Amino acid sequence: MALSVKERPDSEPERIDLNDVRQEILDRYPTKVARKRAKQIVINRAGGGAEVPEIEANTRTIPGIITQRGCTYAGCKGVILGPTRDIVNITHGPVGCGFYSWLTRRNQTRASTPEDENYMTYCFSTDMQEEDIVFGGEKKLRAAVLEAYEIFRPKAISIFSTCPVGLIGDDVHTVAREMKEHLGINIFAFSCEGYKGVSQSAGHHIANNGIFTHVVGLDDTRKEGKYSINLLGEYNIGGDAFEIERILHRCGITVVSTFSGNSTYTQFSNAHTADLNTIMCHRSINYVAEMMETRYGIPWIKINFIGAGATAKTLRKIARYFEDPELADRVEEIIESEMPDVEKVRDEVRARCEGKSAMLFVGGSRAHHYQELFREIGMITVSAGYEFAHRDDYEGRNILPDIRVDADSRNIEELHVEPDPERYRPRKNPEELERLAREGFRFKDYDGMMSDMPARTLIIDDISQYETERLIEIFKPAIFCAAIKEKYAIQKKGIPMKQLHSYDSGGPYAGFRGAVNFYREIDRMVNTKIWSAIKAPWQKSPELSAGYAWNA
Amino acid sequence: MLLRHTSKEIVNRKALTINPAKTCQPIGAMYAALGIHGCLPHSHGSQGCCAYHRSTLTRHYKEPVMAATSSFTEGASVFGGQANLVQAIDNIFTIYDPEVIAVHTTCLSETIGDDIPQIAGKAQADGKIPAGKYVIHANTPSYTGSHVTGFASMTRAMVDYFARSSGQRSDRINIIPGYVEPSDMEEIRRIAVEMGVRIILFPDTSNVLNRPQTGRYEMFPKGGVTVEELMSTGDSRTTLALGRLASGSAARALDTRCKVPCEILDLPIGLNATDAFVDALRKAAAVSVPDTITTERGRMLDIITDMHQYFYGKKVALTGDPDQLVSLSEFLVSIDMQPIHIVTGTPGKKFETRIREITGEVPHRVNIGAPGDMFLFHQWIKNDPVDLLMGNSYVKYIARDEDIPFVRFGFPITDRIGHSYFPTVGYRGGMRLLEKILDALLDRKDRDSPEESFELVM
Repeated sequence: MALSVKERPDSEPERIDLNDVRQEILDRYPTKVARKRAKQIVINRAGGGAEVPEIEANTRTIPGIITQRGCTYAGCKGVILGPTRDIVNITHGPVGCGFYSWLTRRNQTRASTPEDENYMTYCFSTDMQEEDIVFGGEKKLRAAVLEAYEIFRPKAISIFSTCPVGLIGDDVHTVAREMKEHLGINIFAFSCEGYKGVSQSAGHHIANNGIFTHVVGLDDTRKEGKYSINLLGEYNIGGDAFEIERILHRCGITVVSTFSGNSTYTQFSNAHTADLNTIMCHRSINYVAEMMETRYGIPWIKINFIGAGATAKTLRKIARYFEDPELADRVEEIIESEMPDVEKVRDEVRARCEGKSAMLFVGGSRAHHYQELFREIGMITVSAGYEFAHRDDYEGRNILPDIRVDADSRNIEELHVEPDPERYRPRKNPEELERLAREGFRFKDYDGMMSDMPARTLIIDDISQYETERLIEIFKPAIFCAAIKEKYAIQKKGIPMKQLHSYDSGGPYAGFRGAVNFYREIDRMVNTKIWSAIKAPWQKSPELSAGYAWNA
Repeated sequence: MLLRHTSKEIVNRKALTINPAKTCQPIGAMYAALGIHGCLPHSHGSQGCCAYHRSTLTRHYKEPVMAATSSFTEGASVFGGQANLVQAIDNIFTIYDPEVIAVHTTCLSETIGDDIPQIAGKAQADGKIPAGKYVIHANTPSYTGSHVTGFASMTRAMVDYFARSSGQRSDRINIIPGYVEPSDMEEIRRIAVEMGVRIILFPDTSNVLNRPQTGRYEMFPKGGVTVEELMSTGDSRTTLALGRLASGSAARALDTRCKVPCEILDLPIGLNATDAFVDALRKAAAVSVPDTITTERGRMLDIITDMHQYFYGKKVALTGDPDQLVSLSEFLVSIDMQPIHIVTGTPGKKFETRIREITGEVPHRVNIGAPGDMFLFHQWIKNDPVDLLMGNSYVKYIARDEDIPFVRFGFPITDRIGHSYFPTVGYRGGMRLLEKILDALLDRKDRDSPEESFELVM
């Protein structure tokens, strides 16, 4: 029988027994399901310096459980390649996949002139029909590539495979290679069929591999600038990358390429000329950073521009890497000039939000990064989890050697990368690296979400709809963060819900100005009086005599 | 320019679809299934399909859209999805306890050839389907038809699985409303109630996808046609199917299975189509049309006669789904507007013939794309400009680039509200459409008029 968890009186959050909550949730499931979910629902021990507990992640979703997750195609075409404006992205498959990933992710892009290429407002599909499934779709794909070339004359075309393509055995890579030779522009394909892997995450990896193999390193032109970096894993939702670029520009730091918000084909092709790779979303992009380090000698560091404090910390970390006092001073100057506006709003909002609770179940890094913004206005994250992250995103990269590579992960190719004979150029020599490490500078570091969260918080991987509902009923958080599919079920329960994929048409939330936007947005959401209007007057006091109270 | 690469020069395309004017079958099946009370739609394929359909429906309705998935991985794709679906059925009934699970297939499960009735039979044999609960299915491979035919297939599955004849005819009329908004379904019911006709409306997404904020979330809200009602559709006196493509198949199945005669009508959008619907309903139920309905009709007509000068001769480009476009074109022609570019992504010869008939008297060359896409639609507009655009939210990119007034109509509408609350069917719906068209045209006139001819009274 399910234990009854006492619903939380607002003033006593600490009285909820997390073990009971966990047990109650598990009790609803069939035995086998409960056994699997038990490994994905854990109570955090970290925070107080204790070791983080192990959590199961990046494993198959249980059929029928109602998951947040999407597919490999969504991760490859939708997330990583979608935000690049000047590649014609052709979805090879029936019409749906292309249609659903058409302009729905709010990746902003800004072509530099009215004539510059921008295909992001377009959706290209081979719209496979039954005869293509029966007789094969290669012929149609070849014709589609040719038509796209004749109409648009793009500098590059990419091809994305959907589920049936893999099953019927269309060789998209051969088609791409032949058409590349035939047309003389870069054409490459991705085997990102929806069923590969267990979530979008597999698609990220496939996209990383493809872009690294087919584009990075093609153009050796160096952008001007003393301090040149790549911004990896930043998708410019709601203009985040614009704000980050604004700040970096003020500091005198050159962004060679962004993977992949507001990006172009040319940026990808000379990404290898940068002197540092900085990673925002560790989950979706660390592969390309690893490969660029091996082949070109560019070190990578984890950064975070979500939160004003995190932004300042990130700028200092980048300055520290370049070891130039001029840059360090400039960074301090910029932080000092940006912070007063931020602090003014932060303090004002904090007075109204302090002590309220938040839950974040989204993405592969956002559920971690956004806790920082909530902390800045005094809000507490009581429970969090990722939609498609891996164990290292929860527990930190030091557990990487312990991750068991299962059959689903083995399906995704690991590229074997060697140093480039001409372009390999270590940006720091071994002595410099060692000295920096001694001074506490950390390369390739990511400690994950858990160590950043207090002990006795509930961490849930790949949360189900049922678990979402129970959490809300038990904890009654002031705000819940997830994505579009979860939004209205949560709001129907009277809890404001903030989308952290699309930002509900808001943003930017990155950088200093983004932090201000976010504080104001959360203030609006958790302090609006509209939620108190749910009950009509006659529902609050249904007795008819109430109207005549003055007679008493 | 948002669509800066769209040129006037039309190149013949055989393989590449650009900016589709349709999407795939499963989303229509999911939408239809949400119109069964206590039903959880289930997508038998990989996770992305379900996530995409739920997201798209959610953006359109701003409402919870729940559905489950078989979460295929590579293994399931090779060995078949039986184990996944059986497990899903068990989990869904255990965790969420719906009355019905409505399974639709995807291109993935269709390509590997999964047999849903056989798998459901296995689940039944394994005791995974509780007594009194149902698993129904529709085959909706994404590589045929469109979201509209997917809707039609799931609606037909409601008949195939539930309709039965007890031998006793009831006085009820079945109405299959077509792939329309919850507000439209509500309006069709209201008209029937107003006329004193007892109906069974299926599917019925009102009070599912336009429900109130109550502070309580119910996975299975009060709306939707009940299983009991679906069963008794076989006893009804007759069936009125609104929209040939979306509703015809279910209506014919009822005729074949249960000998319930059917009449297939256009969607009641606009004056003539609503007249036809009300008249057919009156005759089928043997009732007279109450004055209240005739008054509504009169009001709608009054708007048309009062404002006729603003409609007359205006050229319109429309894109959307076949059933809607047929009625809408007829409506526009009836108020002396000129629909000259008409595009749907859903293929169909009958559609084109029908639109040719409707637009026969339009004194202008009429372009019909069936199937066509929005890229071609845009090129036609560039070559032969119009005064008004009607279509889903994607049309706003064309509207802005070409600076043409735009009325949102169809699916999906992701950037405005209203469609789930205010109907476009019936006379009242017609009044709303007229208001929207006039607002768009007159706002533009106000914007562009020179100061000396800026009008206070219009």
